[in-house]
Amino acid sequence: MTTSETATRSADTPAQAPLLRIQNVAKSFGKNVVLRDISLDVAEGEFLTILGESGSGKTTLLRIIAGFESASAGEVWMGEERLDRQPPYRRRVNTVFQHYALFPHLTVEQNVAYGLRVAKRPEAEIASRVGEALEKVKMSAHAKSKPSKISGGQQQRIALARALVNRPRLLLLDEPLSALDANLRRQMQVELKSLQREVGISFIFVTHDQEEAMVMSDRIALLRSGELEQVATPREIYGRPATAYAAQFIGHTNLLKVEVRAGVVRCGLLAWPTELPDGTAMFSLRPENIRVATGNAALPGTVRIRGSVRHRAFHGATELIRVECGDGTVLVVRTPGAGGALHDVELEFSAADAVLVRESPERI
Amino acid sequence: MFSRAYKTAVTLPPLVWVTVFLLIPYLLMFCYSFWSVSPSQTIVHSWNFANYGQLLRVGVYWQTLLRSMWIAARVTIFSLLLGYPLAYFLSFYAGKKKDLLYQLVIIPLWVSYLVRAYAWKTILGSDGVLNTLLQYLHLTKHPLEFLLYSPFAVVLTLTHIYTPFAFLPIYAALEHIPRNLVEASHDLGATPAQTFWKVILPLSIPGVVAGATFAFVLSLGDFLAPLLLGGPSGIMISNIVVSLFGAAYNWPLGAAISFCMLLLVVTLLVFSERLEKKWSFS
Repeated sequence: MTTSETATRSADTPAQAPLLRIQNVAKSFGKNVVLRDISLDVAEGEFLTILGESGSGKTTLLRIIAGFESASAGEVWMGEERLDRQPPYRRRVNTVFQHYALFPHLTVEQNVAYGLRVAKRPEAEIASRVGEALEKVKMSAHAKSKPSKISGGQQQRIALARALVNRPRLLLLDEPLSALDANLRRQMQVELKSLQREVGISFIFVTHDQEEAMVMSDRIALLRSGELEQVATPREIYGRPATAYAAQFIGHTNLLKVEVRAGVVRCGLLAWPTELPDGTAMFSLRPENIRVATGNAALPGTVRIRGSVRHRAFHGATELIRVECGDGTVLVVRTPGAGGALHDVELEFSAADAVLVRESPERI
Repeated sequence: MFSRAYKTAVTLPPLVWVTVFLLIPYLLMFCYSFWSVSPSQTIVHSWNFANYGQLLRVGVYWQTLLRSMWIAARVTIFSLLLGYPLAYFLSFYAGKKKDLLYQLVIIPLWVSYLVRAYAWKTILGSDGVLNTLLQYLHLTKHPLEFLLYSPFAVVLTLTHIYTPFAFLPIYAALEHIPRNLVEASHDLGATPAQTFWKVILPLSIPGVVAGATFAFVLSLGDFLAPLLLGGPSGIMISNIVVSLFGAAYNWPLGAAISFCMLLLVVTLLVFSERLEKKWSFS
């Protein structure tokens, strides 16, 4: 299988038979409900990210797939095989643990060889596969070191090699980058992604970092308080967030609580035509979709509002400014960073960029 | 930073303690081991190696020392064979009952050693609990004599007494093994048995070494169990030392034997410390 084939295929949403099928999985610890009714498919060669805040149940879901926890309800299937009835050591799934979990009494090489040794592969095969795996993660030079003698980033690579050397059908990664500092983290994101393309194995990657999720994933499953909020490609989830929570959690946004009456959306002084029925609704409007208005008249389909700049935050290439409009609505706007004093501005956005989102009920 | 006066005040008491109760007595003992006793029962302060020579020449001394080591070795093996599975079960499988079971293992330590030794005497004696029961069930006609006043009785009693000492460090070592290592092992396809041999056992070696050292050193120097339950065939080296310092009034020879034991124990401790270091990964 070539790299480009994998890449094209993984970019698509799951086509025919998914590799992994999670069906109505629920989990509770005593009275504490951690997951409710999760259904999710993972395609062959896909990079799926389970994104969520701490306590959202993402690690529990991963541990159910790996077999360290059993689901209170539901099923996990890998192809024709019922996975959730198998002990972890019979599943063709490998895990990269949050704190790597390298065996401290074994050398780097022995750590990587572990899975092949317990599977009683011939020594010659073990040697060549371990060598290959270490080469792939650029750690051949440290083969004889003990894990305590190498850095966090290097341990990370060994954990990866130790899992991949077994050629699992699915690799689970539990916040593997969270212990690394920002620079190394960014570098590892790129490396991990290209490695995944290269080996063509499905990855399920757990993180709380939305940026990381956006950079790496083919699809993101956004988990909130044990329920799936949205499952979509990064582009889709950013451009068309399904819920207010999704819109807020991934990137910056302005959430506008509006009233619809007689085909017009109203939010304070803002108003634009719509086909929605009467009632209340919520819209998400990304800061970069709002601009400082130029020209005299508003074009059709655009909305204009006056306001005064209250705060500016410099973000390098762009600036985020908070604008308080006449009616008290505060809009966050991303502008090309021009600096300058705080002043009154007229803002403009296209009504089509305001995305209707479901209100996310507060959950405890 | 602490003041000089504070540091002195903190370090002085233990230093004085060690000097007065350890260093000086050991030094005295060391000196005695080169002296001798005159026919008129006075200590002659002339320096020679006669006592050490006697130790090697007279069979009963080194044979008893060897027998003591053999008894201690058996106690060590049995304590580990009992203590390890117990610690393993408690640490990995006891769940909510862990604390309760832990207390149950520890409780015997609060009971006087003497009481426990006497208890075994009551159990093993010819009119003891065990023999009475066996005869009542018509399994034996006469009381089994080997039960009491034998090396068997000593090994049994010492194993009972020192198993918690072997258990504790093993349990501590097992508790310190990060559970994600066990999960990682399963994740990589190792069965529970493979995981035990390849991950859990190697990582608990420091605890095993510490537990073995406890059991061996403590039982090697024991003199109560052999005194109460050993009989003539179960005599241990400490009993000889006691009688040399007491009835026999041969302090120099007693000191020489004591010094040899001290040397043996210190060597063992150094060795076990090295082993523990070699096998610890934190």
